[in-house]
Amino acid sequence: MSNIGVDRWVAESSEHGPKGKGWTAPARSLLDRVPSGWKLLGFLVVAAVYPFLVPQAGVRIGITALLLAMLAIGLNTVVGWAGLLDLGYIAFYGFGAYFYGAVSSDQIGVQWPTWVAIPVIVLASAVLGALLSLPSRRLVGDYLAIMTLFFAQVFLEVIVNYERLPGVDTNLTGGPNGIIGVQPWQLFGFPFDTFNRNYFLLLVLLGLVIVLLRNIDQSRTGRAWRALREDTLAAAHMTTPVNRLKMLAFAVGAAVAGLTGTVLGPVQVGVFPNNFQLLFLITIYAALILGGLGSIPGAVLGAIAVAFTPEILRNPGIAGWLFYIGVVVLLVTVLRRWRMVAAVLAGVVVLGYLVRFLSLAIWDETILGAANDTFLSGILDGWLLILGPASDVVSNYAFVLALAGVLAVTVARGWRRGALLVPTIYLAILVWENKLSLQDSVTRQLLFGAVLVVMMAVRPEGILGTRRVEIT
Amino acid sequence: MSTPILEIKDLSKSFGGLKVIQGLDLSVAPGEVLSVIGPNGAGKTTLFNIISGIYPPDSGEILLDGTSIVGSSPEQIAGLGIARTFQTLRVFLNMTVRENVMAATYGATKARMWQSALRTPKARREERETRELAEAKLSFFGERLVGYRWDQPAYSLSYANRRRLEIARAMATNPRLLMLDEPAAGMNPVETLEITALIGRLRDEAGFSILVIEHDMHVVEGVSDRVVALDHGVKIAEGTYEKVAEDRAVIEAYLGYGAAGRK
Repeated sequence: MSNIGVDRWVAESSEHGPKGKGWTAPARSLLDRVPSGWKLLGFLVVAAVYPFLVPQAGVRIGITALLLAMLAIGLNTVVGWAGLLDLGYIAFYGFGAYFYGAVSSDQIGVQWPTWVAIPVIVLASAVLGALLSLPSRRLVGDYLAIMTLFFAQVFLEVIVNYERLPGVDTNLTGGPNGIIGVQPWQLFGFPFDTFNRNYFLLLVLLGLVIVLLRNIDQSRTGRAWRALREDTLAAAHMTTPVNRLKMLAFAVGAAVAGLTGTVLGPVQVGVFPNNFQLLFLITIYAALILGGLGSIPGAVLGAIAVAFTPEILRNPGIAGWLFYIGVVVLLVTVLRRWRMVAAVLAGVVVLGYLVRFLSLAIWDETILGAANDTFLSGILDGWLLILGPASDVVSNYAFVLALAGVLAVTVARGWRRGALLVPTIYLAILVWENKLSLQDSVTRQLLFGAVLVVMMAVRPEGILGTRRVEIT
Repeated sequence: MSTPILEIKDLSKSFGGLKVIQGLDLSVAPGEVLSVIGPNGAGKTTLFNIISGIYPPDSGEILLDGTSIVGSSPEQIAGLGIARTFQTLRVFLNMTVRENVMAATYGATKARMWQSALRTPKARREERETRELAEAKLSFFGERLVGYRWDQPAYSLSYANRRRLEIARAMATNPRLLMLDEPAAGMNPVETLEITALIGRLRDEAGFSILVIEHDMHVVEGVSDRVVALDHGVKIAEGTYEKVAEDRAVIEAYLGYGAAGRK
């Protein structure tokens, strides 16, 4: 330590240092000092208290979040650690769900006890995963993605169209109708037959999977996965049997997905082809990437964010908050100068009064309504043009103009950008209050998308991900 | 002379019509540093790629300690005791320095995945040993790859340190033969001197037999017990540095026909 001098100073004071920089650095370095076991315990305690604080609907959202978290963690093994772009992942989830459904309902007249069904399904999923890893021996990147996507699509086609095996008279998958009446897990005579019980079942499974996968991640297997993600050829030259490890990664991911699938059936008392559409695969990817590829806590956080955000946005008050905070945050990040921000905000206020005044003076049909009930409604009522009957047409035009304004802002530089922002922001607020906040189902998706875009722009590596360097 | 660590007999390789290596014989004795030199396109790196199992040779024999390794995969060959570095650096950039070295012990460790998942005593002991091994290998490089760097991602290392890390990683596979592909490429004069000294230590202290490709003749002069010169895949000279450096064919290969006569 004594004779390092400059090197050490560089290491500790520049971005090469372990702490990183930025305003979140103190929080992050504090978080880093907490052992991961305690973090997991803290999360489990909070998650265990959660169902007692919320109504039944909240527990359902919690179940969705936990299912998504399990899936994201399993996917992380394949994509985040081993670096294999697997778009067939959803099929393993479906395989587990359908397998469990078939042996735990009246569908084919078989009722396996849970303690038999679960190990068999997990093992079968792993074998299926290992089989799907075969193309990854030769294909990587985009090509592997296309190949595995094909597999996901084949799986859907098969469960919908080939419900009967040739020569067998039993309807295996229920075709487009799926399997109904799936029985809950039952261990030691205890049935997991309520939402709360399934929630806790999932929580325990999640904790278990997290611990096991974390241990694997920190072992020779995890290191070898990451090595082959970084540089497959170099990994092979460092004694890593590449193909076996790819197979292992696929198998582990598939096993987790299959296990997760076995809980889906009991939760919704059925499994349906709709559960395994590609849109849901993208949701899993969104959770994983939002949370930070390669990080287990990230995957859990991402899943929670993706599951809860659309639900929170159902509340128009919160959606309104988010909209106005988003406007201010964007304004600050786009302009980066306080004086400019103040000028633009002042411009927006002036423009608002001007438009209101002119409209009242010129246009006979101007009938003012009241702004939506948010924290700003008192101010908005006296400032914004809240239109009554004519609102739809006007706000449709305003919507298009606002979008054009946003596009123009991204191109403009300097004071032009500030000048363009004034009408753009005014139009955005106009559209928001007159149109968007009234149609919450559409707006929810728009806002959710916007939240995702902003998140990824601010932290491309995800909430808890670490920055990855490709070539330096 | 005892049996060579590496013995190559009549090796040939063509890519389509291009004969990259033709009838090459070469051997590395235990504890020897053999340098392979030659102008660009002479087939040096291809030779490394064939030995380490990336391409199969068209014909010929490669013996490691008297056993043929032709047809084995890269990971098998690495496991048998041939480790290499790459001309274009291929460290695992987004893993820590220590992990880079630990990753090279996969073939030598045994913990099954379920044992690691359950952290059985055996798996934990092996993990601890792996960590100690990696730290020992990194310590070989003295203050260049010293303690506080171990937990940093490899991308934060300087170019020269990445080269050192690659050598440390190769050492961790516990090889009998170390193949270094242009270890001094892109280094400044001071670093080049350090690399020269390092290769000497790798032979004398760590006891590796070393096959090295190098363009920097100061390094070649400083480290080589013997030198082999290639041109268009054919061995044109072999012997001590002094002998090869003055060889007419070698000078002509580098400087063109007739250059040797002028002086």
